[in-house]
Amino acid sequence: MISFSPTEEQQMIVSMAKQFANDEMRKIYRQCDEDGAIPAGIIDTAWKMGLTSSVIPEAYGGPGGERSVVTGSLIAEELAWGDLSMAMHVLCPALFAYPILEMGTDTQRQKHLPVFCGEEYKAATAALIEPRFSFDPYSLSTNSRLDGSDYVLNGEKCYVPLAADADALLVYAAEDGGSQAFIVEKGTKGVEVSERERNMGIKALATYEIALKDCRIPKENRLGGEMGSDFCRIMNCSRAALSAMAVGVARAAMEYSRDYAKERVAFGEPVGSRQAVAFMLAEMAIEIDATRLMTWEAAWKLDRKDDATKEAALAKAYADDMVLMVTDRAVQILGGHGYVREHPVELWLRNGRGFSAFDGMAIV
Amino acid sequence: MIDFEPTQEQREAVDIAHKFAEELFRPVSRHYDEHEHENPGEVIDKTWGERNKGTLALGLDVTACLRIEELCWGDAGLFLCVPGPGLGGAAVFASGTKEQLSRFLGDFNEGDPKWGAMAMTEPGCGSDTSAITATATRDGDEWVLNGEKIFVTWGKRAAESPGGLVVVWATIDKSAGRAGMKSFVVPAGTPGMRVEKLEKKLGIRASDTATLIFDNCRIPFDNILGSPEVKKAVKGETKGFKGAMATFDATRPVVAAMAIGVGRAALDFVKETLQKQGIEIRYGVPRQKLTALECDIMEMEANYKAAKLLTLRALWMMSQLQPNNLEASMAKAKAGLAVTKITQKAVGIMGPLGYSRKHLLEKWMRDAKINDIFEGTGQINMLIVARRVLDYSRDQLK
Repeated sequence: MISFSPTEEQQMIVSMAKQFANDEMRKIYRQCDEDGAIPAGIIDTAWKMGLTSSVIPEAYGGPGGERSVVTGSLIAEELAWGDLSMAMHVLCPALFAYPILEMGTDTQRQKHLPVFCGEEYKAATAALIEPRFSFDPYSLSTNSRLDGSDYVLNGEKCYVPLAADADALLVYAAEDGGSQAFIVEKGTKGVEVSERERNMGIKALATYEIALKDCRIPKENRLGGEMGSDFCRIMNCSRAALSAMAVGVARAAMEYSRDYAKERVAFGEPVGSRQAVAFMLAEMAIEIDATRLMTWEAAWKLDRKDDATKEAALAKAYADDMVLMVTDRAVQILGGHGYVREHPVELWLRNGRGFSAFDGMAIV
Repeated sequence: MIDFEPTQEQREAVDIAHKFAEELFRPVSRHYDEHEHENPGEVIDKTWGERNKGTLALGLDVTACLRIEELCWGDAGLFLCVPGPGLGGAAVFASGTKEQLSRFLGDFNEGDPKWGAMAMTEPGCGSDTSAITATATRDGDEWVLNGEKIFVTWGKRAAESPGGLVVVWATIDKSAGRAGMKSFVVPAGTPGMRVEKLEKKLGIRASDTATLIFDNCRIPFDNILGSPEVKKAVKGETKGFKGAMATFDATRPVVAAMAIGVGRAALDFVKETLQKQGIEIRYGVPRQKLTALECDIMEMEANYKAAKLLTLRALWMMSQLQPNNLEASMAKAKAGLAVTKITQKAVGIMGPLGYSRKHLLEKWMRDAKINDIFEGTGQINMLIVARRVLDYSRDQLK
């Protein structure tokens, strides 16, 4: 039956994430952006909340909670409202763990999932995006070649979060006209991690370029073994996650500019009492809600294991435009004050601009 | 639990409504567009029959709005000829007593087709509904109504067909402003109420949009909806006006549902035409690889989806008895604008097919526009959303 009410359990998790975002992330996000670094302490605190590990089955040492893309989207929105860099950092291990959880062979699960069930944050990641303007996840330049009992990977990747610290990563590469994932462990020969990338936004998140030069991995490291993996579903889950994060960033910007519009007086009254400003806020609020509902619908379809390609693509494309519109307007509403780094809206605009370039950089 | 799955009952309701839209509305759609003010007798009789079997019930809930989307996918103008209590009924539901509900709507579904209408707009006021000048004066056991109402959807049918009703907004005390504004139920055929003219319109031409004149029109005292008291003393207390606004919270998502039906008709036409040409829309492909056409279609589809989901949420909240003033206006503002743009874009994309009256697309563009105007223009709905977002009163945000 059509309903827009999260379950009680979801509401509890959301309020926990909300509190963390408000009490912890919002205290240090500007400093993190300026420093280009996130204190380990806050990541560990977030990790202990079990946002990623709670869905790992008991057989692999986890608490065995039910994995839900809807729940994940709700969490992702709250964390991104706190700060996008930290949200991506906190959820980064899922980029590796969730595809293995859902599509890995039993051996792959046995080997790789238990490390995420501990008290401490374990960095792991995935490499999808390639450094060319015509990048298409369904038509990758990075390729895989079967050579005896090994796969040989060649290609270049970028926007790989935490690549330098990760103990393992999933590399997406072309295979027979499709895309498949390969498990590459730390120290594998032929993997070169570059200097840290410098981007317009998400400056606190460490991202890297990676070069794969005749990188050999055992045949068994193909995600899902001979069966392979459902790349389309991975992309759709990722797009739901990113759309939810865009909603979080946009909501932060809308709330801040709304409060500012009520405080800032011009011509004798708050600027918010002028329709030119008020209507901008109204449209921001409408589009934020619309994007959230589209994200939920895509996530809901994914939870039912239905094909959500269309819903996820539409939600992501809509979210890319929406978050840019909203964060840009937030800067506009603050005027000159929006342009200076004393206020957060310029940071949200830089972060928001990134979504159209982000694909496969988060998953729920 | 967050869920987007319609119930079995809702799916059946959609199927039935769709069949009506396709088989009953579409074949005569062009005819009634070109023969404005001609009575679509067959549509009225058949939909009335179905309504009374319950299969086409058009209330203010999710199921009804799923039906409405389908019917307006068929033809929004003809949908507005479907008999029923309509906006007049919605006003009675929103602020009538139990006794009034049973008196005015109790046997509404019996006998011949009946319509309900709401008369609010006047020549001198549209969105500014608090500025109405029609008056209601008490005379013993009666109210005497005087004034002119324009743009009354269903106006002629509701005022003239036996058993119908018109809910009229009038002031009982001009000096009291909004607090003096009340609504009154005027049964069809009441002496002193007459149809002055029918508008000729850009679209939804099958729908009768009437000017009603009230000339010493007498109705029983207990036909007033809500309290006959004027509360002037307490600042901010504007009950009569609030009654009108509560009605809008209920009816705006319904109009949004109408809008998305028209939008989907245009979208389906474009997609079917492209499909026949062997053009596929590639979802999930990066933007820089898409054709301009694919980008346009996806934008139209996303906007349709956004409007539909906002509408369903506003309706769902109403069914949960949650206040939905903000969400109803969000849905209406989004849907009205979205389908205006979707249908205009569709005409653009289809080129010669879009502009020709051989096809219905140009008609849908004309029909769609009304959704951005009636039941609160897009701008009024934005104003309401803005006030809610900023937590501002009417005086703080004009």
